[in-house]
Amino acid sequence: MINETVVDLSRLQFAATALYHFLFVPLTLGLSWLLVVMEATYVISGKEIYKDMTRFWGKLYGINFALGVTTGITMEFQFGTNWAYYSHYVGDIFGAPLAIEGLMAFFLESTMVGLFFFGWQRLSRPGHLMVTALMALGTNLSAVLILIANGWMQNPVGSAFNPVTLRMELTDFAALVLNPVAQSKFVHTVSAGYVTGALFVLGISSWYLLRGIHVEFARRSFRVAAAFGLAGIASTLVLGDESGYSVGEAQRSKLAAIEAMWDTEPAPAGFNLIAFPNEAREANDFEIHIPYLLGLIATRSTTEVIPGIKEIRQHNRARIESGIEAVRALEIIRKQPGNAEAQARFKAHEADLGFGLLVKKYVSNLDQVSPEIITQAARDSVPRVAPLFWGFRVMVGAGLLILALMLTAFWHSLRGSFWHKPWLLRWALYSIPLPWIAIEAGWFVAEYGRQPWTVYGVLPTHLSASSLSEASLWGSIAGFVGFYSLLLVAEMYLMFKYARLGPSVLHGKTA
Amino acid sequence: MLDYAFLKVIWWALVGVLLIGFAIMDGHDMGVGTLLPFLGKDDTDRRVMINTVAPHWDGNQVWFITAGGAVFAAWPMVYATAFSGMYWALLLVLFALFFRPVGFEYRSKLPHPAWRKGWDWGLFAGSAVPALVFGVAFGNLLQGLPFSLDESLRSSYSGSFWALLNPFALLAGVVSLSLLCMQGASFLAHRTEGELQQRAIRATRAAGVVMLIAFSLAGMWVTRLDGFVLNAIPDVHTTLNPLMKEVSRAPGGWLSNFNNLPFLWIIPLLAYTGAGLALACVGRGYTLAAFVGSSVACAGVILTAGVALFPFVLPSSIQPGASLTLWDACSSQLTLNVMLWVALIFTPIVLAYTGWAYRVMAGKVTRDYIAANDKQLY
Repeated sequence: MINETVVDLSRLQFAATALYHFLFVPLTLGLSWLLVVMEATYVISGKEIYKDMTRFWGKLYGINFALGVTTGITMEFQFGTNWAYYSHYVGDIFGAPLAIEGLMAFFLESTMVGLFFFGWQRLSRPGHLMVTALMALGTNLSAVLILIANGWMQNPVGSAFNPVTLRMELTDFAALVLNPVAQSKFVHTVSAGYVTGALFVLGISSWYLLRGIHVEFARRSFRVAAAFGLAGIASTLVLGDESGYSVGEAQRSKLAAIEAMWDTEPAPAGFNLIAFPNEAREANDFEIHIPYLLGLIATRSTTEVIPGIKEIRQHNRARIESGIEAVRALEIIRKQPGNAEAQARFKAHEADLGFGLLVKKYVSNLDQVSPEIITQAARDSVPRVAPLFWGFRVMVGAGLLILALMLTAFWHSLRGSFWHKPWLLRWALYSIPLPWIAIEAGWFVAEYGRQPWTVYGVLPTHLSASSLSEASLWGSIAGFVGFYSLLLVAEMYLMFKYARLGPSVLHGKTA
Repeated sequence: MLDYAFLKVIWWALVGVLLIGFAIMDGHDMGVGTLLPFLGKDDTDRRVMINTVAPHWDGNQVWFITAGGAVFAAWPMVYATAFSGMYWALLLVLFALFFRPVGFEYRSKLPHPAWRKGWDWGLFAGSAVPALVFGVAFGNLLQGLPFSLDESLRSSYSGSFWALLNPFALLAGVVSLSLLCMQGASFLAHRTEGELQQRAIRATRAAGVVMLIAFSLAGMWVTRLDGFVLNAIPDVHTTLNPLMKEVSRAPGGWLSNFNNLPFLWIIPLLAYTGAGLALACVGRGYTLAAFVGSSVACAGVILTAGVALFPFVLPSSIQPGASLTLWDACSSQLTLNVMLWVALIFTPIVLAYTGWAYRVMAGKVTRDYIAANDKQLY
């Protein structure tokens, strides 16, 4: 039997390291395109101030980028160290986009970032602009491939189980790449990154304007950021993840949990603005319910029914019972590969194999499976509701606040009077943390919402972890958190210092 | 779709190419980092050293990342078993590597000597520790790792971190560390001038000699090690799992490929020739030839280990039959096929723009250049 503590600690470590990594990635995604916009303006207009803007924001980009790289190395290797069975079981599919990311995206980004910083004197103006654009392209390609990998975990397409190698194998590469969940996730994630970059520039520029320093520099930066940020937040909200929720079962159980929707309602279903979910009763203790809204948003139709949690659990119960048959048949095939009866039985229940594995959390021998265990496994098949319900609302709430800010900032930047409006500048300054709050909450909703699976319907989380000791995990968690926190302190110190110094750092003495 | 057995062998070669690319590219900036506290006599010297690799270290590091990704995609069981088994060794490498991006990027952003010195040692650790551990890992591969597979192919590892630090593995670690030091020192000799260049030339020679001695000793030791021999395996053109073969151990077994195909002795000879070229050229003004020679030595050393192990990738010391080989620990035919096309398309592109980046930044890094660009450089 698997050690539950090891599984929980492995999850904790993955969550901690991924959330750290995700503090830096969105800013890189967004700032890289802002740098392209600023430098393109410089190349076209020839105005030195746009070169200064590119170089100054580029410096802050570099300070952030270093920690993005540092925390990113961990992500590439952690599947092997801590999720060894997962790596064996799905590496045939999941490994491909990671390897392609390295070859196609990460090489490009990392090679160009060096020329971005050190190539100013050695490249022509268009040549350097091309380098900056390729760097931004590499960053974004990297996001595409990671989200193809992640999208497959949410909605595993183009793959099948191989009874010889006892793992999932690729059957359709195009389906993997064109996974609709991956596409909607990509648009949503990179747009959120653009918002992060824009609000970062907007907020720091506002601080200069409030203090009356670097005024010309800050006004121009503010304008670019307001326009870019409005486009970004509109795309994040409108083309957001919501469209992906109608695709695939994983997203459906996630949706039901996010909305604390226990019972299936006639279409279009209502939306719970506020709810206090009660897991034991499978009901909400309190809710503020808006009729019709959810069905319209999630399915974009008035007739499509969204299943509630209880119905999903009932449905999954049948799949677990069928899946147990598949697991049993597979155990026979492993011992007698030629057993035709077992092979036929496996084929009949193959689609539910992953559901059968859910009971392995409670028993290693399938003969000990009781109806209570099946009931418990079926309950596990939808994640806990309250964290998802509130995590989602934190994300959307922060997103709507950003939308209000960006609309206002863009409106006043068109009217050309924003630098006289301290309330707007302060609003922008104090809103800098908002994208990070939204993004970390969004990551949590997406990944916690996938539980109890690492790959939905295919491989349960508790089977995925490496066979490590608790002591090793406590040690490595302490190492990661301690190390990352120290580096984060150094990063924040430099970021604040260089942001305060402003563009004068390009020409003046080292502080 | 290409023949499965052919794809299996091609992917063994491609992983080898990535490891060699890593040793040549990331190897030279790791060598520079390892030598940083010893060859750089003052802050400007150290900045000269750092700025020879400043525009390239990040791109070079991707060889390591991509090698990891390629092993994941092509040999999932190897990726899973090696990294979870050698958990603390891998974390040690990761934690050391953490110092590099921040070390390069943050070091010269503040003028305080303590801050800069601290990051210099960080860059040293971030370079020397991985360089050493990679050799130690190979040294352990040649002895077999204590892992077993159950009937569901879940791996369990019964060794400890400290057991990895055995004498043979440490000798292999000396090979890899001195190899990458030679790589870094010959690169520095090419890209610096004056006194620093003279120190780099001496370091190239010292590292080269240590490498040749350690490599020779390891070679003699291998003849006495229990190698692994593949006695029987089902048709390698088909889909296999690692529990379907028979494996035995024999003293000197790692030499069987060389003895069966004597032309393979060219490969270890390559290591000697390359290092010899580096030693002969570096002090005579042919610094680029020295760097090329050192790079050839990197290829020779890695290929020697790979060919000795062939077809094994991860031998198991406690359950030899569960050893992972390139025949039965690889991905499906479709995945290997798709990934081969990806590699064939993108590797030349990567090599082209990497070459271009080095051309753009070519030339000596001097103390005057550092002084004139104080704000812009690392």
